[in-house]
Amino acid sequence: MTETAQIQLPEDKPLELAGRTYQSRLLVGTGQYSDLMETGHAIEASGAEIVTVAVRRTNIGQNPDEPNLLDVVNPDTYTILPNTAGCYTAKDAVRTCKLARELLDGHDLVKLEVLGDQKTLYPNMPETLVAAEELIKDGFKVMVYCSDDPLLALRLEEMGCIAVMPLGAPIGSGLGIQNRYNIRLIVENANVPVLVDAGVGTASDAAIAMELGCDGVLMNTAIAKAGDPIKMAHAMRLAIEAGRESYLAGRMPKKLYASASSPIDGTFF
Amino acid sequence: MQIQLNGDAVELPDAMTVADLIAHLELTGKRLAVEVNEDIVPRSQHPELTLNEGDRVEVVHAIGGG
Repeated sequence: MTETAQIQLPEDKPLELAGRTYQSRLLVGTGQYSDLMETGHAIEASGAEIVTVAVRRTNIGQNPDEPNLLDVVNPDTYTILPNTAGCYTAKDAVRTCKLARELLDGHDLVKLEVLGDQKTLYPNMPETLVAAEELIKDGFKVMVYCSDDPLLALRLEEMGCIAVMPLGAPIGSGLGIQNRYNIRLIVENANVPVLVDAGVGTASDAAIAMELGCDGVLMNTAIAKAGDPIKMAHAMRLAIEAGRESYLAGRMPKKLYASASSPIDGTFF
Repeated sequence: MQIQLNGDAVELPDAMTVADLIAHLELTGKRLAVEVNEDIVPRSQHPELTLNEGDRVEVVHAIGGG
């Protein structure tokens, strides 16, 4: 055991987004937890350095001393990634990003998502393209939630999005990566980071995304709605690391039939 | 004067600034962003921008989301 411990594994290059580098390739959301304490603990267990938040109306007249999410997820410690969740038009998404930038003192990294319908929360790509163009023109660094169409992903990259984030399956469904082939094609074509955003249900789903060559995974419900969110947050951290190393190592070729691991030569029977 | 604050009609004294409104709501010093008639009001302009009858004001903050 001591010998293997001395083996130096080649270091992976860190994930780079908008000029900053990150050791963790797991990005986590902050929705659906039972309270802010659980949110904080799960984020810590996940090892994530980038954390998404939503922008909503402040409750007027309701306990102004209520703890604030940004007290738990300190913007000095974490990179805050405001989302445009709940937006169904480019106009609403752009407006939300501008409010987020003001809220976060000029921080211009955003997660653009424009939704199509309430049943699937599938990305509305025509509106997403319009919003992305406007946001990029206004100086935003756009990480974009998108369909798993390889041509649209490339289009978003060419427009200047700093990361493309195809869905693995519908938001909150936990169905896992439904079209590995498309995710793989997007990764092959991309010159910006590709992150699977949405659809991960359990640790093996996250590992599959990383084994396909994705640069990272963004998830929320898979952790927040697990039986033990803090344990699952840690499981996801391990899965992302394992999937990444597996991708870098390069898997063995698949074969249709068996191939013995023990030599035939020297058998005595 | 009456304004629309986060979608609700609210009666306020005349000539209130955005900073006055935030103080009135006991939200001074909180991390929030303000929009008046769909235009962002930068924090530096909160003490200067005076609200008018019928203004649509949004006060937002960060909450949990994915």
